[in-house]
Amino acid sequence: MLSRQTILATAALSLIAGSAFAGGHMSSEMTIVSWGGAYSKSQLKAYHEPYSAITGVTILNDESSGTATAKLRAMNEANNITWDVVDVEAGPAMQLCDEGLAMVIDPDTMLARAPNDVSAADDFGDMLVSECFIPQIVYSTTFGYRTDLVGSTAPTSVCDVFDIAAYPGKRSLFSYPINNMEWALLCDGVAKADIYDVLETSDGQDRAFAKLDTIRDHVIWVDAGSTTPQLLADGEVIMGATYNGRLFALIEEQKQPVAMIWDGQVMDLDGWIIPAGLSPERQARALDYIMFATDTTRLADQSKWIPYGPARKSSAPLVGKHAELGIDMAPHMPTNPVNLERAFLMNYSFWADYRDDFDAKFQAWLAK
Amino acid sequence: MSVNPITAPLLAADGTPLKKSLGRALRRQKIRALMLIAPLLLFVFVAFVMPIVSMLFRSVENDIVANTLPQTVLELKSWNAELGELPPEIVYAAIASDIKIAAKAKKHTKVGLRLNYEQSGASSLFKKTARQVKKWDLDADAPFKEKLIKVHKSWGQIEIWQTLKVHSSNYTSGYFLNAIDMRKTVSGPEFQPEEKQVLILLFKRTLIMSLIIMGACIFLGYPVAWLLANLPARQSNLLMILVLLPFWTSLLVRTSAWKVMLQQQGVINDLLVQIGLVADSARLVMINNETGTIVAMTHILLPFMILPMYSVMQTIPPTYLRAAKSLGATNWTAFWRVYFPQTVPGIGAGSILVFILAIGYYITPEIVGGSKGVFISNRIAYSILKSLNWGLGAALASILLFAVLILYWTYDKIVGIDNVKLGG
Repeated sequence: MLSRQTILATAALSLIAGSAFAGGHMSSEMTIVSWGGAYSKSQLKAYHEPYSAITGVTILNDESSGTATAKLRAMNEANNITWDVVDVEAGPAMQLCDEGLAMVIDPDTMLARAPNDVSAADDFGDMLVSECFIPQIVYSTTFGYRTDLVGSTAPTSVCDVFDIAAYPGKRSLFSYPINNMEWALLCDGVAKADIYDVLETSDGQDRAFAKLDTIRDHVIWVDAGSTTPQLLADGEVIMGATYNGRLFALIEEQKQPVAMIWDGQVMDLDGWIIPAGLSPERQARALDYIMFATDTTRLADQSKWIPYGPARKSSAPLVGKHAELGIDMAPHMPTNPVNLERAFLMNYSFWADYRDDFDAKFQAWLAK
Repeated sequence: MSVNPITAPLLAADGTPLKKSLGRALRRQKIRALMLIAPLLLFVFVAFVMPIVSMLFRSVENDIVANTLPQTVLELKSWNAELGELPPEIVYAAIASDIKIAAKAKKHTKVGLRLNYEQSGASSLFKKTARQVKKWDLDADAPFKEKLIKVHKSWGQIEIWQTLKVHSSNYTSGYFLNAIDMRKTVSGPEFQPEEKQVLILLFKRTLIMSLIIMGACIFLGYPVAWLLANLPARQSNLLMILVLLPFWTSLLVRTSAWKVMLQQQGVINDLLVQIGLVADSARLVMINNETGTIVAMTHILLPFMILPMYSVMQTIPPTYLRAAKSLGATNWTAFWRVYFPQTVPGIGAGSILVFILAIGYYITPEIVGGSKGVFISNRIAYSILKSLNWGLGAALASILLFAVLILYWTYDKIVGIDNVKLGG
């Protein structure tokens, strides 16, 4: 589980490095926690390698983001925090912040200003959803479909997922309520703006479950982002929901006959937190890394490796071509204007309140 | 004065009574033995027993409410929650003061998260309230009842106060009640609303499916163990390698292999369609449901059944069967009356092993179980890793642990644990 990847920059470089990023009392080694796979690779190329080259810091990569909240809590209780910077989604970041497990970040002093001298707070704007969270990318959960298995008219709307008559066959959905409840209501005729108000009422919940009932025998429930691409590649499902980066890899890198339905994509944020209670040297190092890795250029660099939209406004114009495939990345971003139009913004505070409740109901519904 | 040689104590060389001296020597020996295993014992205690006990202890621990909101808990004691009336102003003043102190220490969000397990919305209620209360002057701004209700309408509803009162004790049965689809209310334990009941179902499913898997392992393993014990050495060694081979392969690889075999576009379905047994449009659904879990887990646990059976069968002399037949028994009678009873200890050992392993299985049901083939352990993992409701996770785990212990105890009463043999 702890597959660690060590990145060693040359010692010579570290000695020469006298840049802004070479601090006085900072630790020379840090552990960065992330998701692994293509995502970690994009961070390695865009952040870790350049940072190590400038500062000579050894970066250990721990692929534990999936269970980061639980592990951070355990580390905190054991009073032995071994992580310096942790990559988590916005929801868990808010929970970590609420539990006092993540450090509060002041965007004015701890994050880099945009090149046009806009403050970091303005540059990130609405993306700063929690005072502990430094946003990195915007990703979305959306549907992909097999172009060869859906008949002559390709699906264009998220509601086609609920249309068994027009698109017979299996579809895959995540086995948790987030996103599914929203899509069900959306396709039951609720306006985007009203969805969370409706979902708060028990009538609204019944309505969402009733809508999901109509497709439940045609669904393969999955709980990892990697499952749906596999199911699509095997032809086990004709359409399925997963992260847009995974679908990109399936379509552009593995050249599978799959296309995307951007409609109804639910956008979410992923970013960094710094655990609370680090020693001063380690905290200084972590902050130094964050300052470097979340500036305008680095965020744009990451999008050369994976089609997730940079969280800074000032990074958007810098998004270019894929570093290896050479294709234009902008159309593959959830934040691309055409895709953004059909997007759906997740309501974090709603899910912070209702997640446990809905989850019990959803599991009970699934089990019956 | 002569000493009666029979009643007088025997003396050791140094003059102490022999019994005493012997006892001392034995005690010394025991202490030495204990000292020798002390490092291991200490290690097991520190690294195994203590963490488990402390984790299970969380299933009853509940001091966060009383610690964070001490004045409120105190004032709520004299408030009757069952009358359906809102608490008096003094309680509102207490909670305003408590939240103000807690917000300064950044503890208000923790208590919000804790109460949110019981009442959806508590998390944002505490966050929102703390933001406002921080600005208040506790002496000048009283009374607080109207003010708090203005901050959030929940403070004007009785549910939050009932929840607070019910969950204010330092130790709670709440998590255990939650673990069996019940909840603590002001009028005692109640069942959860039907649409939230799932855990008992999962416990039942875990038990039933573990029994089915155990049965399937006995059924499939018995003939293999018999062959292993009775074939000539050359063939049986080869067979043994085949039995052990899965042991040397990663669990994940084996589980994923079943995915490839069983899925609708998989090997078995393709084969069935090709030979015309199944229509292309009606491919069998064998994975992401109970079938998938049972097939994959039976395969994975089979060696744990075969090996104890084999080691017991090996010790049964073939002459017994021949003797039975020479006395006129049919093949079946000889097997059922003579051979089979001698293999029962092996079946017992294998069954206990397989059943206890199956009941706590997590990764295989997660991968091949879909929504209908997951076990209670998957919920435990969810509580511990995702929703961070460690109290509920600990309560579920405790129940599972006790269930296994009770089953073990029943087994001991019925079959007798001395009859279980892993070999020899």
